[in-house]
Amino acid sequence: MGREQQQVSYTVEQLVSVNPYNPDILTDLENYVNEQFEPGRMSIPIVVQILIKALMAMPASDFSLCLFLIPEQVQMEEQFKTLIVLSHYLETARFGQFWDEAAKSRSILEVVPGFEQAIQAYAIHVLSLTYQKVPRPVLAEAINIEGLSLDKFMEHHVANSGWILEKSHGRSQLIVLPRNEFNHPELKKHTAEGVPFEHKK
Amino acid sequence: MASSYDYDDGSLESRYGRPPSAGHGGASMDLSYDPNFVPDSVKTFVVHLYRHIREKNVYEIHQMYEGSFQRLSDRMFRDNPWPSVEAIAPYVDNDHVFCLLYREMWFRHVYARLSPTGRQRVESWDNYCSLFGVVLHGVVNMQLPNQWLWDMVDEFVYQFQSYCQYRAKLKSKTEEELQLLQQYDQAWNVYGVLNYLQALVEKSAITEILEREKEGLEQFTATDGYDYEGGTSNVLKMLGYYSMIGLLRVHCLLGDYHTGLKCLAPIDISQQGVYNVVIGSQISTIYHYGFANLMLRRYAEAIREFNKILLYILKFKQYHQKSPQYDQILKKNEQMYALLAICLSLCPQINLVEENVNSQLRDKYNEKMTKMLRYDDEAYAVYDELFTYACPKFITPSAPVLEEPLTNYNQDAYRLQLKLFLYEVKQQQLLSGVRSFLKLYSTISIGKLAAYMEVDEPTLRTILMTYKHKMHAVDSDGNIIPNADLDFYISEDIVHVVESKPIKRYSDYFLRQVLKFEEMISELDRIKLD
Repeated sequence: MGREQQQVSYTVEQLVSVNPYNPDILTDLENYVNEQFEPGRMSIPIVVQILIKALMAMPASDFSLCLFLIPEQVQMEEQFKTLIVLSHYLETARFGQFWDEAAKSRSILEVVPGFEQAIQAYAIHVLSLTYQKVPRPVLAEAINIEGLSLDKFMEHHVANSGWILEKSHGRSQLIVLPRNEFNHPELKKHTAEGVPFEHKK
Repeated sequence: MASSYDYDDGSLESRYGRPPSAGHGGASMDLSYDPNFVPDSVKTFVVHLYRHIREKNVYEIHQMYEGSFQRLSDRMFRDNPWPSVEAIAPYVDNDHVFCLLYREMWFRHVYARLSPTGRQRVESWDNYCSLFGVVLHGVVNMQLPNQWLWDMVDEFVYQFQSYCQYRAKLKSKTEEELQLLQQYDQAWNVYGVLNYLQALVEKSAITEILEREKEGLEQFTATDGYDYEGGTSNVLKMLGYYSMIGLLRVHCLLGDYHTGLKCLAPIDISQQGVYNVVIGSQISTIYHYGFANLMLRRYAEAIREFNKILLYILKFKQYHQKSPQYDQILKKNEQMYALLAICLSLCPQINLVEENVNSQLRDKYNEKMTKMLRYDDEAYAVYDELFTYACPKFITPSAPVLEEPLTNYNQDAYRLQLKLFLYEVKQQQLLSGVRSFLKLYSTISIGKLAAYMEVDEPTLRTILMTYKHKMHAVDSDGNIIPNADLDFYISEDIVHVVESKPIKRYSDYFLRQVLKFEEMISELDRIKLD
């Protein structure tokens, strides 16, 4: 610590594999990892970026994993509070509220390209766990796309992801989502036996 | 063992002067106590232990380590430390490595029965550095009992945790203690601790050994890590093995559950392994593994492993009654029941729990579990209480800021983990309600269910999606793993419920029989031995 910083351009993998716990490589690692052990060294903009990427990794629990590591007083920063609210809406599948809030925080979120698409993919993931047939307005709200753009979006998924569009009886359009073991629980393999003999990993 | 007694960098006691400052547990110290007096029984103890170590007599070492050391501690060193290392050194040829081992036990005794001073904490750190330094860089040819090697790693992590707590309580520190903190700011530094554990893992090549064992190219598990024939030392290998468990624990203490599980990954805990041999190691492994999975929302996995270990403890705890670790076993047992109660309240997979474990659980937590399902303020209070009781002693690893006003920050890390955990509970607060309605139907319309739940339809849809999201975890390979026993799907406006049918529990029956047989076989073995 306090040593002169050297100009090195190792990859993170190299840095970490050489010496995963050496504080002297912190400056080099700053772009990649959160400096969990030394809150004083934490760079807010970089941590914000990491958290946005963690939101984009949903349904994986990266975001809460990051929060476990960021000291509470740092989490009080305004930008973090916003991101925590956004994460809460995503965790509780309140997509309408999420998109409203995200629109207000565009300046923070724009830093990372592909944010919208990543969240839409997460929304579609949750819908696919839940629905065999999802009404069009529910889909529209979840991915925040409407009208002609939505038609185009759905066409694309009909062509590429196995979606099927169905007219319902005089009501809104229905989208049949691809079968999986979550929206067709009967497809689940019979692993339900209580105390396991073999333990799959 | 190194034959020359070369203790220039380790002889901290003479360098700093010894008597512990008053008010830190040293007050009760017997005034007539002379740290340099070596009673005959201690003389005999070190001479024999030294000889057994030289002769690689693991059995006798183990007897002395587990038995004699405890007995002598009970009889002669209830309120005082063991004789100083300088005093016993002449009886063991001033052997450097033996002296390091002796001091390791010396400090462990101080931590367990007395209360270490700031200086002793620092000295103990130095002793671990020297000891691990010899193992990592020297040539060690000892065979030590697994129990002892596990205790070394376990105690190393424990003392680190203890130091972080100690260091964070700044308000009550004396001027002298603050000075010490400043002077020895590298003592128990988090990077240092992680580096030693990591270095032991790497230098021992334990992950490669476990890999080769899978291919049948090496024996490790079958010999419990000992080398009976070749006579090569088991010390580095086993310290490396146990360091993986140590790393899991350190990362849990830091709130880094993902990294913790990654460190443990080379050990396949679904199989019998060397980590099972020493019960302390087995319990520490599963406790931290289960806790990390709980925090990662992999409830079913946590339930499965807690169930297995609790069943094991239930069956075998009687054999450990005389062990110095018995109290610790019971405490972790109780904590894991609390964690199991939490897991089952969030994810009611009761079919994963063996009936004896379940009845223990009901005895202890039935009332609280009923409360936790309610999701009102009282429910949160119960989650809070159980989490607080059963969680690891989280630490803030950063060095203290020694500027006025001095504050205590030893609770910070715990409060953050608790807050985030309760946040998760809050996000799931409506799930048990919707679950109890779904249980009553095979199909129900969104409108009707919304009316029962007293919410509007869009809100109900979000609750149902939340249920799906929360009941599916993502494993380390990115696979989606289901956690719920009660599942459903929605087609347009109708919810279709699918409950996995209760299966006849042959497995329980077989498991019971297997255990009974195992008990009988071990009973028979014992008879033969006598």
